Amino acid sequence: MSVDSKTVKKIASLARIHMDDAEVEALVPELNNILGWVEQLGEVDVSGVEPMTAVIPNTLRMRDDIVDADPLTAGGVRDKVLANAPVAEHGFFGVPKVIE
Amino acid sequence: MTDITDLGIKAIRDGVREGTFSAREVAEAFNANVAGGKELNAFLVETPEHALAAADAADKARAAGEELAPMAGVPIGMKDLFCTEGVATTACSHILEGFVPTYESTVSANLWKAGAGMLGKLNMDQFAMGSSNETSAFGNVISPWRRNDGGNTDLAPGGSSGGSASAVSGRLCPAATGTDTGGSIRQPAAFVGISGIKPTYGRCSRWGVVAFASSLDQAGPMAHDVTDCAIMLQAMAGFDPKDATSLDLPVPDWESALSSDLKGKRVGIPKEYRIDGTPAEINELWDKGAEWLRDAGAEIVEISLPHTKYALPAYYIIAPAEASSNLARYDGVRYGKRELPDGAGLQDMYAATRAEGFGPEVKRRIMIGTYVLSAGFYDAYYTQAQKVRTLIARDFEQAWEQCDMILAPTAPSAAFGLGEKADDPLAMYLNDVFAVPASLAGLPAMSVPGGLDGQGLPLGLQIVGKALDEQSVLNAGLAIEQRAGFTARPDKWW
Repeated sequence: MSVDSKTVKKIASLARIHMDDAEVEALVPELNNILGWVEQLGEVDVSGVEPMTAVIPNTLRMRDDIVDADPLTAGGVRDKVLANAPVAEHGFFGVPKVIE
Repeated sequence: MTDITDLGIKAIRDGVREGTFSAREVAEAFNANVAGGKELNAFLVETPEHALAAADAADKARAAGEELAPMAGVPIGMKDLFCTEGVATTACSHILEGFVPTYESTVSANLWKAGAGMLGKLNMDQFAMGSSNETSAFGNVISPWRRNDGGNTDLAPGGSSGGSASAVSGRLCPAATGTDTGGSIRQPAAFVGISGIKPTYGRCSRWGVVAFASSLDQAGPMAHDVTDCAIMLQAMAGFDPKDATSLDLPVPDWESALSSDLKGKRVGIPKEYRIDGTPAEINELWDKGAEWLRDAGAEIVEISLPHTKYALPAYYIIAPAEASSNLARYDGVRYGKRELPDGAGLQDMYAATRAEGFGPEVKRRIMIGTYVLSAGFYDAYYTQAQKVRTLIARDFEQAWEQCDMILAPTAPSAAFGLGEKADDPLAMYLNDVFAVPASLAGLPAMSVPGGLDGQGLPLGLQIVGKALDEQSVLNAGLAIEQRAGFTARPDKWW
């Protein structure tokens, strides 16, 4: 499979990265080079093989269904969360007006 | 008196305990080297006051007759991927410029609890994506090493933990944190002639570490020798309820159990790692490494890891896929940079912020990841790669029936010159060919210096162990260290 400039534009849009035509044109051969190389995975016989989901056997832990049950993972840190926001107002993240 | 900055973790720790020198003297000596090492561009942020505060605490504890913490008096460098409370953290990307964490990563917090102090934040490849430290938004790190041809070519310190490698090798710090997603501790350690270990996936908490590829990212130490790595890994590791993939297991006392007696151990030599184009010097060092381990009592056996050649292509699907998802959080809303062109709406702001903030390699990987996860291509690329990953892990499982650890080169080349590979992303990716399989399988793996090549540059040997068996990896590393007699160090030119 290979990508053309139209596909690259589509991917850029999905990835929310603005790209001008020159950047798109430059990426087409680069991505095709990489995609052509990873294509060799297709020759591996994977019949009956499950895709890996966890690299080291581990179980996901459950916690009590109580707000802030574990102080180490608790909330209540709104100001810290907002401290690095480019725009924060009234305890919220600020974004440009959204009008459809 | 010896120059304090020639010492490693153990020597500093013991010297402070015994009163040979004060922790403050140590911190001041390294602070001076950091301040004098700017040409290496290893440190982005210098935090001499942090190192001094930790040192004073150590000296005070000693004066009060208290038992000193495991790394009391040892100042270290911190890779800029670790969030440090009140100290700028950027992952070397413009998109995080201005970000000052309001929290401390678990690994760095563990190190401070163990008495270590911070000399500063270390340069690295942007979002840890790179093998030469050339993707940093804040300039290349330069290796302290030079070729012996009399030229002044600036060499890459490896990547992504290039600042860590350069700073330890140049004696700007006795040790530094690194992170390894597909070789980012081991390859730079090999390039600058130091030791570094990536533990089993889950040993070190990922909480507060800027995420690249979450199923692969692991933190580990980079230091002058194997013993120092054992001490520092012990301080970094441990269960963390804030990381869902953290292993709920006690941290072994790796330092106390260090032994270079490998009697009864079998070391596998994977035949698939003999690849075309590897310089003869690297294969010769590999043979020598096997001899050293045999001399330490181990039995050498040839093994097969049949899916080795598919590890890198699988990695370059899985890692970008996870990265494209992880890096979706950089949207100009919550932290870091915001680009808001005139009249732009929310979507335009996202796209403009990300276009401005991310470097070319990061964009390239986000694009690949977005593509392989997109509708219609997910199964052909991503699911296929995850199945191949299962087979790669299975290769190791089968190998463990014949051996207890694996010996291989760390990288297929010595350090290359800055700019020499920068035009060809694929050629750069291939430098991690020996490192990536252990990452995909989550296994502990270490690089130790083995010798110099004809150009006078360090070459590393890699030991891969069974899951949770860091001890065997460290022990084999120690056996090599004792026999390689690697004492070469770069001449100070900066």
